Amino acid sequence: MSTETGRVGEWSLFGHSLRRVVLYGILAGMGVFYLIPIETGIMTSIINPASYTGSFPYLPPLEPLVPGTGTFSLEPWQGAIDGLGQGLVNSVILVVPATIFSGLLGSMAAFGLTTISWRGQIGIYILFVAGIFIPYQAVLVPLTQFWYNVVPLQAVFEPLAVLPFVQEYHWKLVALIITHTAYGLPICTLLFRAHYKKLSDEMVEAAQLDGASVATIYRRIILPLSIRMFAVVFIYQFTQIWNDLLFALTIVQFGDAAVVTQDLVGIGVSQSGTNFPLRMAAALLAALPTLLVYIFFGDKFAKGVAA
Amino acid sequence: MRNPLTVLKRRLSEHREVRTDGGTTSAGSILDRDSVRSAPFWLPPFLLIGLFIYGAIAWNIVLSLTDFQGLGSPDYSALDFENYVVAFFGGTPSWSELTVSPIWNSAWNTVVLMVSFSVVCLALGLVLAILVDQEIRFENTFRTIYLLPMSLSFVVTAKFWLYMYNVETGLVNLFLGAVGVGPVEIVQNPDLKLAAVAFALIWQFSGYAMIVYLAGLRAIPTSHFEAARVDGASTLRMYWRVIIPQLRTATVSALVVLTVFSLKAFDFLFSMYGGYQPGPSADILATRMVREAYSNGNWAYGSAIAVILFIMALAIVTPYIYSQYKRGEL
Repeated sequence: MSTETGRVGEWSLFGHSLRRVVLYGILAGMGVFYLIPIETGIMTSIINPASYTGSFPYLPPLEPLVPGTGTFSLEPWQGAIDGLGQGLVNSVILVVPATIFSGLLGSMAAFGLTTISWRGQIGIYILFVAGIFIPYQAVLVPLTQFWYNVVPLQAVFEPLAVLPFVQEYHWKLVALIITHTAYGLPICTLLFRAHYKKLSDEMVEAAQLDGASVATIYRRIILPLSIRMFAVVFIYQFTQIWNDLLFALTIVQFGDAAVVTQDLVGIGVSQSGTNFPLRMAAALLAALPTLLVYIFFGDKFAKGVAA
Repeated sequence: MRNPLTVLKRRLSEHREVRTDGGTTSAGSILDRDSVRSAPFWLPPFLLIGLFIYGAIAWNIVLSLTDFQGLGSPDYSALDFENYVVAFFGGTPSWSELTVSPIWNSAWNTVVLMVSFSVVCLALGLVLAILVDQEIRFENTFRTIYLLPMSLSFVVTAKFWLYMYNVETGLVNLFLGAVGVGPVEIVQNPDLKLAAVAFALIWQFSGYAMIVYLAGLRAIPTSHFEAARVDGASTLRMYWRVIIPQLRTATVSALVVLTVFSLKAFDFLFSMYGGYQPGPSADILATRMVREAYSNGNWAYGSAIAVILFIMALAIVTPYIYSQYKRGEL
């Protein structure tokens, strides 16, 4: 091996071995592969639709300097905000409570099934884990039946609509919040359990000897040690719930309660053709919250998906 | 906040005193069990998933045996397996006047998409992980970029790739034009549809495979790399013979997750084709199920397809969870 590196090392470019140059070349090339659809989207989203030709989708609008690239305009973004505004508001109403509830309940479940150890808990836990892998198609029709025909949520919200900020259609978002909380629980429990297994038993045992109740152990010992894991779980759940389309499509179906992913599906298409600048701006606007979360907390997101 | 807690504590300690006094009532010992004392924590979440996941699956199985179709509510009095017969052999079911095609086409597409997507994802992820593991500079930047598409939703990814694949203005066709291949219709081309979907999904999820493999590579003791080097193995040989065999666990867990992702590709296809109709050559079970139920109103038939999809997922996941359990990794 050492002789081989020596031999390869002779082929050098600006003091770097050829091997390293090729390595960085491939890594950068792959970087371009992963970024270019997004880059193209950004560039297209700031072109004035009237001047859009599509000849150089990857270039910024530089007309009149570079002909064919179109002129700069924020009109597509304005259009995207108008088109997705209601959906964005609904998505925020949905995603904040659903993320918090699923994270909190997941932490509690993992605590009751890990830190406090008892016989048979693994059986219960397996039912949680299996829930991660369920294709949601297997529950859709019952879910629609449940929320539309069994639970009278809509009737509950009818009189509430006189309150400020409460609309009758919010019942669909409440249904969606509960649904996402339930289906997010398995992965949240798994993430917290992996964390709680690593905590030392000594503290919990000492507290138990001191006569601390289960609730005290959770509040005083486990919860303070879970802060970082909560960040990982919240980021993961936020991304998952914000990005979901299937549950929204089958529970909200259509109307005022539609979330941002639903609104995005049909935007930018009309009889006169596809308005690519508008569509790209809308896609980016819908992706912006998760993109920002990813850019600022990327390491935590990576931790969440790797678990 | 303090008061109820101290009351609770006192009650618990009183309760304990009763027991030490010799009052070993069975009620006392059951209440003192850790499973019961921790129940306020695990039981509510368990009931929630019990109702929403397992209750719903059971309900779905029952629904698949009914003739529930159109508006109204399901009739549970006459249950039969007709929907499964129709799903496997086609024909005209009693609840419809039209012929319903069997699921083979979408089942086949599901398997093709699942296998091609996960195998390519794993291969690409492995190569990327090995490259990133070469003590490179800017490792974090590269990792962040490779994983970036995973933070996007299927809906957004579909919009980006719909643009990339566009005949006139798409980057893919501009690239093909540059190497002398004429503009190709991709998104609506029956021969290329599924490959185009798989490619976009690989773009989105290969970073995930890389992260999993990178964690696996980092878990291998450096002594294994050094030993192979001392033995004079070439880099390629070292990875093939020594390192990759040790990544079995990483491969299996990434494979299971990716497979399940591909079963869930509904969102992507719905966004790409702007609705329930991706066309026969890109139709997978996930899209067929939702279309039958929510677009055609064939609720019971949709439920039957969902059961088949569920069994497919179960066949993949059960051995995985069982092996995890056996190795004590749950």
